[in-house]
Amino acid sequence: ITEVCGAKRVGYFGPAQFYIALKLIAAAQSGFPVRIESIKNELPLPRFMALKNDTEVRYGTPAEFHGVKFQVPHATLEKNSYKRTDEGDKQEPKSPPMSPICSPPASPSTYQRVPLSYGYGKARSGLEQQHGAPYEVRHSTHQQDGPSSGNYGAKSALTCSTPNRSLSVEREQQDSSLDDPWRITEEQRDYYINQFRSLQPDLNAFISGSVAKNFFTKSKLPIPELSHIWELSDVDCDGALTLAEFCAAFHLVVARKNGYQLPETLPETLLPEYLQAACLKPMRDCALFDSYSEPLPGSQQPRDFSRTEKSSAGEVPDNSALLQDGKKDDKQALKVSTTLKMIPKEFQHLTVKTAAQESNALRARPRSRSYSSTSIEDAMKKGEEPPTPPPRPQKSHSRASSLDLNKIFQQNTQAVRSGWLPPPPPALPPRPSVSQTEQPSEVELHPQMNRPPSQAEENSSAKKEVVLSQPPSKPARRKLRTEAQGLETPELSPTINVTSSLPAVKPHLPVQKQSSKQKRAIQTAIRKNKEANAVLARLNSELQQQLKEVHKERIALETQLEQLRPVTVL
Amino acid sequence: LFSLQNYPLYIRSVPTENELKFHYTVHTSLDVVDEKISAMGKALVDQRELYLGLLYPTEDYKVYGYVTNSKVKFVMVVDSSNTALRDNEIRSMFRKLHNSYTDIMCNPFYNPGDRIHSRAFDTMVNSMMMQMC
Repeated sequence: ITEVCGAKRVGYFGPAQFYIALKLIAAAQSGFPVRIESIKNELPLPRFMALKNDTEVRYGTPAEFHGVKFQVPHATLEKNSYKRTDEGDKQEPKSPPMSPICSPPASPSTYQRVPLSYGYGKARSGLEQQHGAPYEVRHSTHQQDGPSSGNYGAKSALTCSTPNRSLSVEREQQDSSLDDPWRITEEQRDYYINQFRSLQPDLNAFISGSVAKNFFTKSKLPIPELSHIWELSDVDCDGALTLAEFCAAFHLVVARKNGYQLPETLPETLLPEYLQAACLKPMRDCALFDSYSEPLPGSQQPRDFSRTEKSSAGEVPDNSALLQDGKKDDKQALKVSTTLKMIPKEFQHLTVKTAAQESNALRARPRSRSYSSTSIEDAMKKGEEPPTPPPRPQKSHSRASSLDLNKIFQQNTQAVRSGWLPPPPPALPPRPSVSQTEQPSEVELHPQMNRPPSQAEENSSAKKEVVLSQPPSKPARRKLRTEAQGLETPELSPTINVTSSLPAVKPHLPVQKQSSKQKRAIQTAIRKNKEANAVLARLNSELQQQLKEVHKERIALETQLEQLRPVTVL
Repeated sequence: LFSLQNYPLYIRSVPTENELKFHYTVHTSLDVVDEKISAMGKALVDQRELYLGLLYPTEDYKVYGYVTNSKVKFVMVVDSSNTALRDNEIRSMFRKLHNSYTDIMCNPFYNPGDRIHSRAFDTMVNSMMMQMC
């Protein structure tokens, strides 16, 4: 196998050779002959003795290269090397593994399944190809005092003694179906926090620049890259790293060592506010996309739309889209409130970053933006591009809802143009549903951030209401139009005026806390909203068309009249 | 952007045909800068005086200077045809440059005296230059 995969020829196990070799092992174990062609078959994962629940569990698919993840349960620190049945020892004792959890530098296509791990050893495999595959799993425990990364090793020895980490790794991998290399997993976060503690006992204090410099220099990245990482992660440019900044920097270091290019700007998931909130409440369901990273080698294929958006402008609207898409996912997570709080700040940070690192002057804005963003995320399940929600005062519920409507309709017109919704019948939804939705929407329309579940409902039903009760509710419309006029809605396009004043919101109604039924309600509301959105958008465009035609006719008639008039006079 | 010892830490110009001429001008204007600095003498240098103003109007362009407390000098050459540029704008541009420079200094990996490779600084300078053009 060694010969077939090319290692003998090349002289070492590079990642390619390693993967081929693993495939061949699997082939051999399944009874296929050991040849290059056999790796094209669908193979079960190679089985290695004394390796726990690793490959079979996670990687049952026959990719070109399997990202094999070996789990190092920390409880098994004392375990020794595994045995390979078929071939020679491919362990690499030369590469003193440092990381408690390693995964080989996943080839781009497989990264989707391999969350980024601490991987110092893994990192080194990227750097020191001589040592081939990072089978540090078993060796890490015994070679912690390895030569090169001695310091890192010592630290990891200290920190890898948490026995629950193996379980969390398992869980984490299954959770991270939406993969994002710039997202910090739980174990990673714990690890970083421990590292932070080793440098600075107080978690709320800063790590000074020189201390951080020494620490990161140990990672053996070139100084310009470290400089760039610092630039990215020190958001407030104070020369010191908070815990969140430190986590971000550490994560970037890890990513870089694993072969990922450093992004030009800090990805959303690494922004300090996000990390801070996330540190408090782990949010594994967050699917915030990395809109900024340099073309990560194919690791984000499921997020094509984010790619296109990134390529198109990469600026604020795209950020908002991605953010809100992520926010939508967050919504489904349980910790809605914190995400809502965080994401607006993140959004603001994105804009800050793209605007070349001005200070946090925009911080005031996003906070009020959260309300609109949640509504948008509800409507934007399919990953469309919502327009930037304007900041909104939290007290004015009706305004908020009408703002939602504006955005919704803009989205919907976009949706119609993009054609992702099936052409709905032009008939308006029946009236009773309007009154029906009015009740819960009024109830729910309280854009207060400390009541996110109701907020979600409010948004969804507000939209629903808007969407459903179009022309019939004229008095309501007029009322809301006056309200809408006073709003600071930069996106109030004239076409939307009709519908912008729709939701008859009575802000003074009490909020019902139906936390138990909220999710269901939200989802049904979302569906209904979408349908209604599509209907109304189509209707809108049709009406526009009609309007244009009528205009033309009118002009034609007027010209005719002009021509005829002199005739009649005469 | 010149350092303490008057060697350039950072030079950037909008691509034109005679870029070298700008470089030359910038270097020669250093003399004027030094002259102004020494003229301040023992007076305490405060923010106002950091801006050196119009150093050297020639036939085609104007040169503006700005020095920081640590004797790091910023020199800017602008086209004379760009008469829309007022003094305040120049000042604000220098202020932005100074801020970006301090941000760079915050980076512990940056040694004072190195050439500046910071991407953030690059983007900021580029955006400024685009604004002016």
